Amino acid sequence: MASISLKSGTVNNMVKNESHKAVENFSEQLANGRLEIEGRSLWADARRRFLNNKAAVASMMVLAAVTLLIIFGPMASQFSYEEIDWANMAAPPSMETGHFFGTDHLGRDLFVRTLEGGRISFMVGALGALVAVIIGTIYGAMAGFLGGRVDNLMMRALEILQSFPFMFLVILMITFFGRSILLIFIAIGAVSWLDMARIVRGQTLSLKSKEFVEAAIISGANSSQIIFRHLIPNLLGIVVVYASLLVPGMILFESFLSFLGLGVQEPMTSWGALVNEGAISMEVAIWQLAFPTAFLVITLFCFNFIGDGLRDALDPKDR
Amino acid sequence: MFIFILKRIGVAIPTLFILVLLSFFLMQMAPGSPFTGDFNMPPEILANLEAKYHLDKPLWQQFAYYLKDLLQGDLGPSFKYKDYTVNELVAQSFPVSLTIGSLAFLFTVIVGVGLGTLAALKQNSWIDYTVMTFSMVGVVLPSFVIAPLMVLIFSISLKWLPAGGWNDGSWQNMILPVAAMGILYVAAIARIMRSSMIETLNSNFIRTARAKGLPRHHIILKHALKPSLLPVVSYLGPAFVGIITGSVVIETVFGLPGMGQHFVNGALNRDYSLVLGLTIIIGSLTILFTAIVDILYGLIDPKIRVGS
Amino acid sequence: MQLLDVDNLRVKFTTPDGDVTAVNNMTFSLNAGETLGLVGESGSGKSQTAFALMGLLAKNGIIEGSAKFEGQDILSLSEAELNRIRAQKISMIFQDPMTSLNPYMKVGPQLMEVLQLHKGMSKKEAFEESVKMLDAVKMPEARKRMSMYPHEFSGGMRQRVMIAMALLCRPKLLIADEPTTALDVTVQAQIMELLNELKTEFNTAIIMITHDLGVVAGICDKVLVMYAGRTMEYGTTNEVFYDPRHPYSRGLLGAIPRLDTEGETLPTIPGNPPNLLSLPQGCPFQERCPHVIPRCQQEAAPLENFGDGRQKACFWTPDTPVNTSGREVAA
Repeated sequence: MASISLKSGTVNNMVKNESHKAVENFSEQLANGRLEIEGRSLWADARRRFLNNKAAVASMMVLAAVTLLIIFGPMASQFSYEEIDWANMAAPPSMETGHFFGTDHLGRDLFVRTLEGGRISFMVGALGALVAVIIGTIYGAMAGFLGGRVDNLMMRALEILQSFPFMFLVILMITFFGRSILLIFIAIGAVSWLDMARIVRGQTLSLKSKEFVEAAIISGANSSQIIFRHLIPNLLGIVVVYASLLVPGMILFESFLSFLGLGVQEPMTSWGALVNEGAISMEVAIWQLAFPTAFLVITLFCFNFIGDGLRDALDPKDR
Repeated sequence: MFIFILKRIGVAIPTLFILVLLSFFLMQMAPGSPFTGDFNMPPEILANLEAKYHLDKPLWQQFAYYLKDLLQGDLGPSFKYKDYTVNELVAQSFPVSLTIGSLAFLFTVIVGVGLGTLAALKQNSWIDYTVMTFSMVGVVLPSFVIAPLMVLIFSISLKWLPAGGWNDGSWQNMILPVAAMGILYVAAIARIMRSSMIETLNSNFIRTARAKGLPRHHIILKHALKPSLLPVVSYLGPAFVGIITGSVVIETVFGLPGMGQHFVNGALNRDYSLVLGLTIIIGSLTILFTAIVDILYGLIDPKIRVGS
Repeated sequence: MQLLDVDNLRVKFTTPDGDVTAVNNMTFSLNAGETLGLVGESGSGKSQTAFALMGLLAKNGIIEGSAKFEGQDILSLSEAELNRIRAQKISMIFQDPMTSLNPYMKVGPQLMEVLQLHKGMSKKEAFEESVKMLDAVKMPEARKRMSMYPHEFSGGMRQRVMIAMALLCRPKLLIADEPTTALDVTVQAQIMELLNELKTEFNTAIIMITHDLGVVAGICDKVLVMYAGRTMEYGTTNEVFYDPRHPYSRGLLGAIPRLDTEGETLPTIPGNPPNLLSLPQGCPFQERCPHVIPRCQQEAAPLENFGDGRQKACFWTPDTPVNTSGREVAA
């Protein structure tokens, strides 16, 4: 009956996108100890709902296919990503020549280069997320656990950091330290941990008042033991889900830099760099733009649908 | 309210200081001396720089000098364009970026709020579905994909609009860059506006307004619009950052002589002072803008104003 | 002519899990200046009845039946036609004064807009009239309060604002949807006292929606007891309180804590209200009823008239003379 009557709602702060909010709400529920509802755990419930979401499941499969292609595809081709085929420069896609996606203006095979670029994108996504998870979890857990003034100060610092245009700081770093893929991993991860820290802090705050943590405090465990033994293991689930939401942002970030020529270095490539090259020659060789763009866009759409699916699974509004 | 504004400015100034400090020390951390990298620098510039940055002094004094110059609005000479100071480069390019950026921003807010409201009022109609599909696509596609696609469609295929160039700011040259820059944020704002409008319309005080027999347009304009705009207002900060960031790509794609292009070229050429100067300018603009947005938020939401 | 004549009102909601009938075959009437109490547990359809009358149902709500207000069926009116009745003839106050006022508008304009729109008053006239009404609901420093925001008011004060707002156009009918539920006990008493006074002062008919029988006893002339969207019993307050004929009414009356019977455990009605999505066949109250007979599982007892205009929906007739508290049911 409650769901029928008019929903009373306050105007929420909707700055963060909906999926991120859903994760936060879910984590709140978890922390509030609502782990078991009618014999089903919140996680099992969420998984069931996620699997019922056709778009999300289809996206998972497409993404799995893209991942497999990226890993094994280059092996299936007779070309390497930097090999120049002098006979086929800027050649359109063709099965006979073995250039399934055609070649670029230097005669390099676009099929292999696109997949190679995908490897970079996925690696940036995964490693960047990892860096963000590590920094965000530690920072958030510390702020939440220590509480009081320290928490206040740390959250204020977070707020200040959040208003920076990070792309510019990363480009600034690239200017000073030169281009390197490692720098990009670190820089992207280092600027993406802010929301993670916030979520982890919220979780920590509520976990802190739980009996098992209080028991650990009474039995004389020190702060770092409590953080690493009790808090972080209990935070893991939500952190992993949230990290998966960070991946598309990382991929975009790297593509953005590569598009500007500030990302990976030739002859290595990434989707952003390929889109850039393709855009330059799109009038004469549309395939050079089409294939990398298609891969990038499909991947982003998949992540987006999965994110939406997670949101609905974790925080169903209409049940 | 006055105190609220003062407090907000009180946060902005240290933020700005941290930005400058961070940028400056990042430069110091760069491999080798910042001015004797592995790239060739004309000796006259090197001499200029050494005098300029007081390299003989200890680090904190260098920073003090830098800060002092900065406060006087002096961003120093460029590393690469030897006849130019960073100030001159900024002076040339800033108006271009400002024009495109503010147009894109206006476009974003007006169209985004309009579409979002429309979708909310016609919830589950074809208008709603069209807007939401568009905004889904818009949110997912990055500007560096949208921009070339727009050029491909509107310039190369249809030949309606020029593919690039500034042409002294003629309106034909501005349409595509503004649209490409704004579209992502139109989509995002439409989404935010839609869901906040729906949430507001479902709230108890709107039910009260209906029970009072107020006509629908009155309810929407007088009661629902203001609270629905709050999430949009708090999104304006991130949107501003996004548009300014996107402008780097857009200016590159369309060959516009704005700050973004200097930024990319500066980064590629490792023109330290230019990139540093531009970062500080853009950073300050962002911090200023977020402060304005916060104050605006306080103006709309009476609870914030009184509460703090 | 009756002021309000509700006949066979039915409210259905279409939900993904099937149709839910929130209100079923409601029939009651109300004279000018009279007060009717709608009583029942939460989810019994009291509020939805009110929303249906005001045209405020959620979008998936479907209404059947008729409700004649001064002879005009208000259930079939368009939004524009409804807007001429709302606030001017029928107005409503809500359960939660914390969220029912617009938090982004000063209280003054929220009051004034009613007068400006419906009475065509100028800003100044509307202001003075609003201040007068705030005075009437005993708002201290009414003039000053006009330029304050709702969050600067306490819950009781907000409910006073809501009441003032509802009475601005001197409506014939006031629907009060649990007006005191969200308030502190002492404030509850003040608000009820205020409503009682205003009722006489403005000669307003009131539909008082509540689950608090104390409220009913204090203010209502008639009572309608609802359960799972259906009328269980209907009659004057005295009749229903001193001689309840439906097991559910008896249970409700038995569950009032009393100061004069020390030491006893408080009787309750065992069980929970049924899920509206899967109502049992027959009487909705059968599972909790102490007088259930096999027939109750086959068919729901029709609403039948007895006595002097009283109604009940039950096959069972109390054979013992009923004591005043109706405690026999659950003890």
